[in-house]
Amino acid sequence: MLEKALKGSPKYYLWIGFLLLVIAGASSVYITQLIHGLTITGMSRDVSWGFYIAQFTYLVGLAASGVMIVLPYYFHHYKKFKDLVIFGEFMAIGAVVMCLGFIVVDIGQPQRMLNVLLFPTPNSILFWDMVVLNGYLILNLLVGWTCLECDRQHMPHPKWTKVVAYVSIIWAFSIHTVTAFLYQGLPGRHYWLTAILAARFLASAFCSGPAILLLVIMLTEKLTTFKAEAEGVATLAKIIVYAMCVNVFFFLLEVFSAFYSNIPEHMNSLIYLFKGLDGHTELVPYMWTAVAFGLGSLALLIPPKLRDNRKLLPWSLGILVIATWIDKGLGLLIGGFNPSPFDTVAPYWPTGKELIVSLMIYATGALVVTILFKVATEVKQELGVSQKPAVSLETEA
Amino acid sequence: MSHTRRNFLKFMGLAAAGLCAGSAGSALAAAEAGPVRAADALKAKRWAMVIDTTKVGTKETIDVLAKACHHAHNVPDIPTKQNVKWIWAASYDEAFDQPNDHGNDAMEKREFALLCNHCTHPPCVRVCPTQATFQRPDGIVAMDYHRCIGCRYCMAACPFGARSFNFMEPRLYLDLNNLNKEFPTRMRGVVEKCNFCVDRLAHGKQPACVEASNGALAFGDLSDPNSEVRKLLREHYTIRRKPSLGTEPGVYYII
Repeated sequence: MLEKALKGSPKYYLWIGFLLLVIAGASSVYITQLIHGLTITGMSRDVSWGFYIAQFTYLVGLAASGVMIVLPYYFHHYKKFKDLVIFGEFMAIGAVVMCLGFIVVDIGQPQRMLNVLLFPTPNSILFWDMVVLNGYLILNLLVGWTCLECDRQHMPHPKWTKVVAYVSIIWAFSIHTVTAFLYQGLPGRHYWLTAILAARFLASAFCSGPAILLLVIMLTEKLTTFKAEAEGVATLAKIIVYAMCVNVFFFLLEVFSAFYSNIPEHMNSLIYLFKGLDGHTELVPYMWTAVAFGLGSLALLIPPKLRDNRKLLPWSLGILVIATWIDKGLGLLIGGFNPSPFDTVAPYWPTGKELIVSLMIYATGALVVTILFKVATEVKQELGVSQKPAVSLETEA
Repeated sequence: MSHTRRNFLKFMGLAAAGLCAGSAGSALAAAEAGPVRAADALKAKRWAMVIDTTKVGTKETIDVLAKACHHAHNVPDIPTKQNVKWIWAASYDEAFDQPNDHGNDAMEKREFALLCNHCTHPPCVRVCPTQATFQRPDGIVAMDYHRCIGCRYCMAACPFGARSFNFMEPRLYLDLNNLNKEFPTRMRGVVEKCNFCVDRLAHGKQPACVEASNGALAFGDLSDPNSEVRKLLREHYTIRRKPSLGTEPGVYYII
């Protein structure tokens, strides 16, 4: 089936070539990091995790989000998602690849990485995160690829795929819960030390992940003959807005606990992020942008009239993605490390090199997603399912 | 003997078997011998430290301890925020989570020597995915620099900021003509911290900072009621850093 990714329009080749070029160019910076160490990043003794781990955390959410399509389809037999299921699974594969990439670039001695397997340590959450992420990758590859191949051969899906799909649904919740456990069990990091962190992670994943997925699907519709069922898209948008409401609600619960109790440790990270602490206001504009975009996305997504407007939808989803990204891809990490264990503020900002290495991982993810989506759309075209009316065939990619 | 392929292969097979047996034999012999232990090694059930902050309470006096420690362990002197430190000076508010709006003048001015607390329940050991950081039976939290993958999970987990990461090649920031040959240097990409001088205890010596402190620091067995540390703890009011987190630090401060 992979051969379908080898034949495409000049536009398709141009995009693949562009991604390969970005990966190759950016990997030269990664080689610099391998030679000189993580000193090329903005991380420090006090902020010892930075942009890489933050992107990892955000993308685990994207990986888990496919479940918002797979769960209604398998558990509730919601057939309108039939044509979207494969994209949810393939997006998860791309996301997990990026997650693993961000872990690899973040560790100081990547050639010793297999020590995690050679000395398995069940009391370390990182060990479990490795297990659940790799497991999730295998589950999605197995189900996604097998089902697509069967569709192509006009064969019914084997029975075991259903079992594996059920497992992958539960598994999706576990990957983001375990990722939250990486943070929420650490004594002395008060911004993370909260029982609701895992629930917040899931809520933010289930709005931002499907939002990214829907944006990519809309792009796919533009570039290929694929056409998603309108009702399925509308339902997914509804799921996104519910999850975003829960996400905002959970965050406000944190704010209440911190400020009504008036306990400095609980308030300080939030004060640092939204007001500035000890004269450090680096993140304040970003956090308020997140607030504005988050509330803006709700305003544009809650009224059914605005939500069902397909011209407006990409913008609503776009600002939702930006809001959740600032919250989880920036604020969570930097706010968690500040104030430091010495009750001081240690500002952090990623360096250009750090961003270029991150770009390398993002481009790799985009490459994986492009190839998988290309295969999926080609198969659908071959089968003649979920296709646009014949008129628009000339736009085929 | 004719030079046939068959004979050649037989010979090679025998030679390979001999090599295997030889190396296996020596490996077994080494395993039986175990590590070499000096007869005068200092031993304890639970090592602990008591710091008399009335005697060592200024930046200058603590710098003396840091100098001794950092020389003994080849700790690089990096001038950026990606620095490495095993023991250092900090103010009362930085060291303890018991802020006082109207503290007395002595506390306001006093500096406190901070180092790894060698906790009884160390969060860094709990989170390490490779057991590169581990707790010895005598309570010391030690590091295996050759197993550490540099994930820095231990740094996020330590509530005392006791751990440093080698963001860059540490040997560039060491005086290579003035190294302590008894202790290894590190490579970049691994985490390190105070090791309560396990290397010196094994040779019957007190920790480097204790030796340099003129009696302001005491080191001994917390489980022995007659030890010097227990005597000091009986006679003085002491506090520990962040006791509410339940890590049970092994470093006590006389106030």
